[in-house]
This record gives sequence, structure tokens and C-alpha cells, in this order.
Amino acid sequence: MSRKLMKDGRPRSPFSITVMALLALLWSIPTIGLLITSFRTRDDAQSSGWWTALFNPFGANWTASNYSGAWTGQDFGSGFINSLVVAIPATIIPIMFAAFAAYAFTFMDFRFKELFFLLIIAVMVVPIQVAFQPMLGILGPRGLGISGQYIAVWLLHTGFGMPLCIYTLRNYMSTLPRSVVESAKIDGCSHYQTFWRLVAPMSIPAIAAFATLQFLWVWNDLLVAKLFLKSENTTVIVKLQQLLGTQGQGQELLTAGAFISIIVPMIVFVTLQRFMIRGMTSGAVKG
Amino acid sequence: MTAGTSAAAPRQSLRADDDPQAALRTQPVKIAVGLVGMILTVWALGNLFLAFGFYPEKFGSKIVIGLLAIVAGVGGAAVIFYFLNMFVEGLPARLSEGLIPYAFILPGFALVALMLIYPTFQTINYSFANSDSTAYVGLQNYRTIFGDSEFWSSIVNNVLWLVIVPAVVVAFGVVVAVLSDKLSANGEKFAKSLIFLPMAISSVSAVSIWALVYSYNNPGQAQTGLLNAIWTSLGGDPQTWLQISTAKLNSILLMVILIWLQAGFAMVLLSSAIKGVPEDTLEAARIDGAGEFQIFWQVVIPQIKGTIITVFVTVFITVLKIFDIVYVSTNGQYGTNVIANLFFNKLFAASEAGQATAIVVVLLLAVTPLIWYQIKHFRDEEANR
Repeated sequence: MSRKLMKDGRPRSPFSITVMALLALLWSIPTIGLLITSFRTRDDAQSSGWWTALFNPFGANWTASNYSGAWTGQDFGSGFINSLVVAIPATIIPIMFAAFAAYAFTFMDFRFKELFFLLIIAVMVVPIQVAFQPMLGILGPRGLGISGQYIAVWLLHTGFGMPLCIYTLRNYMSTLPRSVVESAKIDGCSHYQTFWRLVAPMSIPAIAAFATLQFLWVWNDLLVAKLFLKSENTTVIVKLQQLLGTQGQGQELLTAGAFISIIVPMIVFVTLQRFMIRGMTSGAVKG
Repeated sequence: MTAGTSAAAPRQSLRADDDPQAALRTQPVKIAVGLVGMILTVWALGNLFLAFGFYPEKFGSKIVIGLLAIVAGVGGAAVIFYFLNMFVEGLPARLSEGLIPYAFILPGFALVALMLIYPTFQTINYSFANSDSTAYVGLQNYRTIFGDSEFWSSIVNNVLWLVIVPAVVVAFGVVVAVLSDKLSANGEKFAKSLIFLPMAISSVSAVSIWALVYSYNNPGQAQTGLLNAIWTSLGGDPQTWLQISTAKLNSILLMVILIWLQAGFAMVLLSSAIKGVPEDTLEAARIDGAGEFQIFWQVVIPQIKGTIITVFVTVFITVLKIFDIVYVSTNGQYGTNVIANLFFNKLFAASEAGQATAIVVVLLLAVTPLIWYQIKHFRDEEANR
């Protein structure tokens, strides 16, 4: 019996260690391949697999020119800025509206409350594809004429993110002690004051959880950006999709472009993972 | 709750301005200021946002626009609520108490109604109209799509995706959650982070990443795609993997991408469920002489069943609407088409709005049972609160 114990006293499980190490490696290989390829020259990348550069790092030709080529030549630089300009307001604005609605759904009683909330739950599952033809009409030249501008996409992401945001925040708010809100009322606070002074600050964890998910969703979105942004406003994901569609010329820039598109969500992900997990465990589904 | 509300209202006014009757009477000033304030705010925001679109050069750079948008968007929303609240408070007390909840849900709900509820009905409406939605054609669109072999092959593919992906993702999630639970704390954190990481990656980027796995070089050349490199080293000929529709191989290879993306999600939820299984139930089973395998199936699985179903349904809904991966990699060629991609191509490549919306209606019908499930799930949760 040579099984060793871990620091916390549980027996070490060689089987679990082996399988998990293999799985973690398997899950990382594709991304590692992308990262390595993005730093290889065009000739190298076409004449040998990326793993040859990994096994023989000093014999390979490394270059950063794919990144400069993608950033300026393929305009990923402006796509990157556009993505930020699209994603940050489209993350924050829905929270404002949803927080008030969630407050009403949690702490107030009114007629048709149940019906309104069930509608919110129902539309969480509705595919956003339903919105394209009607919204292209409303936002397009025959309607408001704002299709192509940032505002159109902010509005759409606000609308699409709203049901999930209301649902997540309401689930969280209903775990807050009701007595806090009741006593604020007795002290003469209006609902508006109670919301700002008590409920909003107490809901920060849920707000952060939703914000993380919504930011990733908006940043990684292809459909809305592709359909509702004109080319000079378009995001890095749409740029990448267009580059994927072209064969031959500029293929070596693809890997660098892909990495440019991944880096921000990855940073957000690594720093806010905690919140994201909390957002997901609140049982949310998005349409 | 209602009784408490009406009792509290007069006390509130005592503090507010020492006039016990003030909150009970109509306050025209508050109503007027609230109304004018709301209109002015919406007008100013509208103009500012239009200016972003039409005179971007006036703002210097896009970063300035972005920052202004954040400040105006968030500040504007707060100001709108401030005036809305003032307007409602200005109304007679009884009316005001009744209206405040609606004022709070109005802006958010109006957006949901505009972006999701109205379009759902409009889409159903358009599905009975012609290709540019100008005249009704009855059931013609449905006849056309149901007579289209591409539609049926997309349905078959969608069903295949639905059968394979959620089940594999859940099974994988359970296995990883159980195994990682047996690692040291740091080892667990590290392994789980690596498997979770693809959650942050967009479908488009994921397809770019997997292009390096599935790529093809002519025979005789060095294979730069990982799969072909392995395949040829085992003695096979290089294959154009995503063009092989035999046994739906290409669709399955595309599913692998989605499984890679979604596995971390399943793992995280299932892992937290497994950690919530009480240790004494496991101990009791061990004392009764159950093996680890038996314990897993008969003690752990029943206790995490709820989470398994939640994860399954969530992945199921994602898969039902699967679009990006197929659109970006094959655009539905080589027999890989799916419903959402067929819709996209009908709407934009073929300009057949009628048929496209009819396809969405089919998708809508497919999600309807899930709406029912979500509502039931919510009701159960509420009952347990």
C-alpha cells in the first residue's frame, strides 16, 4: 500500500491525475497551436506543422509581423477599438434598466406581476433570429435610419441581454433579506431611494456576474455585429470572419487576427472567472 | 405587503416636508418637472447618439465616443428613472403607489417587447408573406420549405447535433467534475481552468483555431493540420476532413468544436453540484459495502440530477440555434447545413424573407416545449425558496 496522502489528508489518486492531465492537455492543444502559428513566418507555417516549431524552437523562424500585418493591414486595430466601443456600453446599459425591473419584481406587488415575469422567462429561450427581419425594418433606412451605427447594436444587445439580466438579478435580489427593504420604507425611504442606497449596492455580486457573461457574449457575437454595423464600425469578430472567408492571400495573418480577437475576453475571463461561475450557477439560459 | 405600503406612505411625507397631506395630494409641479425632464433627457440622449453616428469626426476619436456613450448611457438611464420616479410621485398617493412598480419595469420591459416579443409576432406574420414582405401568400412559404430537400437535411443535421452534443457535454462534464474532485486543490484549479478557458472564445475564433487541426495539404507535402499529420503518420492519405459527409463525419467534426467550447460550462456547474453532495451519504454507502462505482451511480448521480438536467437543457437550447460554427466553417456545404444557417442564407443570400421567417417559425415551434420547461423549473424553484 504505497498510496501517498495529499496535504489535506485525502489519498492521492494516480488515475485521476493522469486522466485530468491528459484532458487538460487535449483541451489546450488547439489554442497552443494557434498561439505558436501566429508567431511563425508564412513559409514556415506552410511547410511544417506548428508542433515542429515547439519541439525545435531555435531552428524555427519567429516573427511578430503577422500581428502588425493583421493589426494595420487587415484593420484589426480599428476592429479592436470598435469591439470595445460596442461591448462596454452594451454591457452596462442593460444592467441599469434590468436592475430597476428586478427590484420591482422582487420587492413590489402589482397586478400581472407573475404574467410579466413569465414573459421574461419565455423570451429567454426565443431565438434572437426572430428579431432580424423586423428589426432591420425598424432600425433601417425606412425606419429610424440608425442601422450601421453603434447605437443600433447597443440597443439590440440591451434588448437581447435584458431577459437574462432581469432574471439573474431578480434571483439574486430575492435572496436579500426582505426586512432590510421593509425597514428602509418605515424610515421614510421611497422605493427610488431604497433601490439606490440599499438594493443596488447589495446586488453588486450578481451585477458583476451578469456583466461578465454579457461582455463575453457581446464581444464574441457575430450575427448582430455583422448585420447591424457598417464596415468602418464593425467588430474584430466580423473582421476575423471575413478574413476566414478569403482563401490564400493573408492566410498567415488569420492566426494573429484570431489571437487579437481572443485576448480581451480571455483577460476578462481569467480575472472575473469567479463572477462568471456565479452567474452561470444562477441557472440562466440565453436566447 | 400591501398593508405595510399604505401605512408607510404618510410617514414618509412627515420626514419629507412636514406637511402630512403633501404626498396624498396631486403635486402638479412634480408631475410637470418629471414629464418635461423625461422628454428632455430622451431627446438629448437621442441627439447625442445620433451625433455619434452621423458626425463622428466632431468627437475626435472612437475612444471618446465610447467613453461618452458609457457616461451618457448609464447616466441617462439613471436620470430617466429619476424623472420617471418624480412624475409618478407627483400623482395622488393611491395612484402613485400603484403605478411605481410599472414605472420601474417599463423601460426594461419596453425594450424586451420591442426587440423580442413584437418581432416574434412580426416574424410569424412575415412567414405568410412574400419574399420582401409586401403581400400575403398564404402557406406558400411553408410548402416551399417543406418541399426543399435542403430543409430536411438541415433538420436531420440539427437533430443529430441535438442527440450528440448535449449528451456528450454532460457526460464529459460529469467525468471531469468527479475526477478533478479527487485532485489536490491547486491541481484541480489548474486543470479546470484549462478546460474552462474555451468558454471565453467566440465561435469564429474557435473555427480559426480548429482550422489548424482540420487543415489539408496535398499528398507529398508536409501536413500542417494536426489531424492529417496523425492520420498520415498512421499510414493514411491526407483527407479534406470537413468535406467528408460519409457517416456525417464532417458534421461530427464540427460538433467537436462546440463540445470543446461548452465542456467547461458543464464541468463548472456539475463540479459545484458534486461538491454539494453531503459527505455522510457517501460514508453511509461505504459502510454498507458499496464500491466506488456503485456509489457514483446510486448515490452521487441521483443527488446531482437537477443540475444535470439544467446543464442538458441549457446546452440543448444552445445547440438548437447552432449557427456561427457551421456558417463560418462550411456555410452549410458538404451536407453540414443546419436550420439557423439555412435561415441566414435564405434571408440574406437569397433575399427570401418569407421562406426565411417560415424557417424561424419552425425553430420557434421547436423551442416552445423548452419555454414550458423553463417556466415549470422556475415555479419549482420558487416553491422551494
